[in-house]
Amino acid sequence: MAFTNEQLERYSRHIILKEVGAKGQKKLSQAKVLIIGAGGLGAPAALYLAAAGVGTIGIVDADEVDLSNLQRQVIHTTADIGKPKVQSAKETMEAINPDVTVNTYHTFVTSENVLDLIGDYDFILDGTDNFPAKFLINDACVMAKKPFSHAGIIRFKGQLMTYVPGQGPCYRCVFKNPPPKDAVPTCKQAGVIGAMGGVIGSLQAMEAVKYIVGAGDLLTGWLLTFDALKMEWHKVKLPSDTSKCAVCGDHPTITELVDYEQAECDMKK
Amino acid sequence: MKLTVAGKNKEYADGITVAQLVELENVETPQYVTVTVNDEFVESGSFAETTLKDGDTVEFLYFMGGGSATLHQYRSID
Repeated sequence: MAFTNEQLERYSRHIILKEVGAKGQKKLSQAKVLIIGAGGLGAPAALYLAAAGVGTIGIVDADEVDLSNLQRQVIHTTADIGKPKVQSAKETMEAINPDVTVNTYHTFVTSENVLDLIGDYDFILDGTDNFPAKFLINDACVMAKKPFSHAGIIRFKGQLMTYVPGQGPCYRCVFKNPPPKDAVPTCKQAGVIGAMGGVIGSLQAMEAVKYIVGAGDLLTGWLLTFDALKMEWHKVKLPSDTSKCAVCGDHPTITELVDYEQAECDMKK
Repeated sequence: MKLTVAGKNKEYADGITVAQLVELENVETPQYVTVTVNDEFVESGSFAETTLKDGDTVEFLYFMGGGSATLHQYRSID
């Protein structure tokens, strides 16, 4: 597939980069990235991936745009209130770049559908806000051998790490099990500064682009944290021994996907 | 003794444990923090028995949510 003159102009700032070039831009146009959550993290990530010319972008979210989302979820506008977030996100991405094919999944992510959702994609972005979903996405990506970017944001802080199969620890290596419900505050309870989604979500898009074009070093084996009040970044080296991990280790004890809240309910019976 | 805690060089009393450091550093939700010493995980049940030594590098890793709700159980949280 050759680029049209219009595409050469659209992607000229990429193509001129030696780490991208026409070859990397072609890889982007053939790549498929799935964004789970069209919220604080997924919104900016989706904007940059669409603008970058990622050929196929999938977006998963069961919610509708709410007024309280607009402080940070920059892919949606006031006119989109009440519309499914995936629809609003698709319209914005297509308006930015008609080259991009956007697949929408107006659904929650569960143990039933997550493997089907991620199956068609080369790289996954976790833009969810709760721990059951984060563990589910991690375990599914480990089992399906899919690379993914994990991120979290709260108040004035954010962090992210990248998992690539066989190249470093997964999320569960670091955080063994989800904390009990409400034990650790979420954005709704604790608040989050809007621009934090832009900072960390953009870095997730950056990791996806680097993975696709094969440029530089990913955050595999590292957790990058950002404290906006102190304006401090900190890159934490993660232990490289993954052999004991319950899901990605040598003798995994987790071999089926778990919906954590459901499991708790089951135990009470 | 000197420790590097979350990337910063600090001075502490000799022989303090990970549990004592967690308290001294005012770690938020200490029961759910992941701790590494010299790039190795410290088992969550053994903070009190893990004694630190001069020159150790300690990191605290925190649970962080944020983003968008995508599980039905969390519909109200966003």
